[in-house]
Amino acid sequence: MAKRVGIEVSIAIAEAAKLARSEVIPAYPITPQTHIVEHLSEFVASGELDAEFIPVESEHAAMSCCCGSSAAGARTFTSSSSQGLSLMSEILYIPSTMRLPIVMVVANRALSAPISIWNDHQDIMVQRDIGWIQTFAENGQEAFDLTLHAFRVAEDRRVSLPMIVNIDGFTLSHVIEPIEILSQEEVDGYLPPFKPRYKLDPKKPITMGPVGIPEVYTEAKMAHSEAIKASKRVIIKAWQEFADMFGRQYNPVETYRCEDADVMLVTMGSISETAMTAVDKMREAGQQVGLVRIRLWRPFPSQEFRRAAGKAKVLAVIDRCLPPGAVCGPVGAELRSLFYKVPGSPKIFSFVAGLGGRDVTVERFEEIVDKARAYAKKRPRELFEVIGVREK
Amino acid sequence: MKEVRLHGRGGQGGVTSAELVAIAAIDEGKYAQAFPSFGPERRGAPVAAFIRVSDKVIRTREKVYHPDIVVVLDHSLPSLVNVAEGLKEDGIVILNTALSEDEVRKEFGLTCRLALVDANTIAAEVLGLPITNTTMLGALLKATGIVSKDALEEAMDRRFGRIAEKNKTAMHRAFDETVVTG
Repeated sequence: MAKRVGIEVSIAIAEAAKLARSEVIPAYPITPQTHIVEHLSEFVASGELDAEFIPVESEHAAMSCCCGSSAAGARTFTSSSSQGLSLMSEILYIPSTMRLPIVMVVANRALSAPISIWNDHQDIMVQRDIGWIQTFAENGQEAFDLTLHAFRVAEDRRVSLPMIVNIDGFTLSHVIEPIEILSQEEVDGYLPPFKPRYKLDPKKPITMGPVGIPEVYTEAKMAHSEAIKASKRVIIKAWQEFADMFGRQYNPVETYRCEDADVMLVTMGSISETAMTAVDKMREAGQQVGLVRIRLWRPFPSQEFRRAAGKAKVLAVIDRCLPPGAVCGPVGAELRSLFYKVPGSPKIFSFVAGLGGRDVTVERFEEIVDKARAYAKKRPRELFEVIGVREK
Repeated sequence: MKEVRLHGRGGQGGVTSAELVAIAAIDEGKYAQAFPSFGPERRGAPVAAFIRVSDKVIRTREKVYHPDIVVVLDHSLPSLVNVAEGLKEDGIVILNTALSEDEVRKEFGLTCRLALVDANTIAAEVLGLPITNTTMLGALLKATGIVSKDALEEAMDRRFGRIAEKNKTAMHRAFDETVVTG
C-alpha cells in the first residue's frame, strides 16, 4: 500500500528510480541534483537496489554510458543539472534519434556566468531540441509520479524515446514535504519489465547508430520527429492509467480558475503553485484571472493548449530563461507561433522572471498581470520584459 | 498556516530541526514544508532554515518573508542578524540565551513576544556538545505547540536511532525551562 511520508523531494525521486527497478545508473554529482544520485548509490551499496551504479568521470561519460546500457537492454536512469547537463550536450541528441528509452531527472539550475547554483530553466532550454520527451513537475508528489510515468512511456514500444523529468533545483529538490510513496507491488503493477525490440547482443549482432549518409539522414530525423509527435497519445494514456490505479490525474496542460478569465498566466514547474495562490488573491479582489500550466513541454501539446487558453484575451507567459538577443523567451516564442494568425487568438505578452534563484512571489504575479493588461491597451516597445530587475 | 524561520550557524543542525518538525507535522496528517536557505553550506556562518505547517494543502514556493515564529539556535546571532525581520505583528521570537527578558529587550531591541531558554547549558549538560538544535525544539514546543510532542519524539527516534534518547531528554528539559513572555 502507498504510504504518505514527509520526505525530501530528491530522496522521493531516488525511491521512484529504485521502485522502477533501474538496472544501470551512470551518474556524476552536481548541485542541486546531488541528493538524488547519492541516495541511489546508497541503495545500490546496501543491496536494496540490484543495479550497476557507475560513478563516471564526467556528465559526458554519464550520458555515453547511458546510451550503451540502454542499447544493451538495461533499464537506465540518470540525473543532472546545469553545467553538467551542458557537458552532456554532445551525447544528448544521440539516444533520442537512436530511440533509447533512458530516463533522466534534471534538477533545473541556472548556467554560468556569473556562477549560480540556483534555480531557473536556462539549463534545459539550451537542450530544448534534443528530441527527448520532456515534462515539468510542480511539486514533490508530481516529481515522484512523473519519474515512474517516464519509464512507462519511454519504454513503450510505440514510443522508444528517452525522457526528461524537469524538477526545479532547490525549490523542489531540497524541500521536505508530504509525498505518497507507492509500494513495490503497486509500481510493478504499473510498470512492466523493459523489453526492448532490439538490443545489443553478441549472439544476435546488429548495428546501432551507424553513419547516416545523405540518402537516409533526412528519413532518420523525420522518423524521430514523427515518433515524438505520436508519443503524445501514449503519454496521455499512461497518465490515465496512473490515475485509474492511484487516483492522481495528470494532463499535458492544466488550467486553474480559467472560467471567464480575460487574463491567463502561463507557467511551467514549481512557480505554478505560487501562481495559484496569486490567482486566488486576484480572484478575491474581483479580477478575472486564471492560470494555465504546461506539464508536457516536448512534444508540445498544441491542441490541448489551444483548448485551454484559446479563449483568453491576454496571455501573460512567464519564462524562467533569458535568451540574449532573441525575440522573446522560449515558452513565449512557442505560444506566439502556436497562435500566429489564428483569428480571435489571445494577445501574448512575454515575461522573464525567477532567474538564478530570484524568488517569484505572489506580488510578482500580480505585477505581471497588471502589466499584461496595460500592454493589451497600449503595445509595449519590446516583445519581452524582464521582471523584478533591481535598478539601484 | 504557520511559518517558521530558524537562525543558526552552519553545522548546528538548524536544517535537521526544521526537517524534524515538518516530518512530525506530516505524520500527524497535516501539510508541511521544510527547506534550507538554498545555497552552499558553510560551517560556522549564519544560516537559516524554514518551516511551513498547515491544515490545508500548501500552495506556495515563496521563501518565508513574514514568519509567525522565529527560532534562534545560536546565542551570538541576535547581535549580528535582525532576527525579528518581517515578523508578524503577533509573532514570537524564541531565543537561546542566558539573559533575562529585560536584558534581551535592552540588548537586542526586541519588542515582540519572546520565549527564552538557556539551551547552551542544557546541551552541554545533557548532550555534552554545543549543538542546540534538538534542545531548541523543546522551546518551540512550549512556546507554540506547532506539532505534538509525541510526533516530534517519533520523528527523532527514526532520525537519530540510539542517540535519540539524549536528544529527547534535552528537548524535555528545554520544554520545562523555557520562559514565555506575555
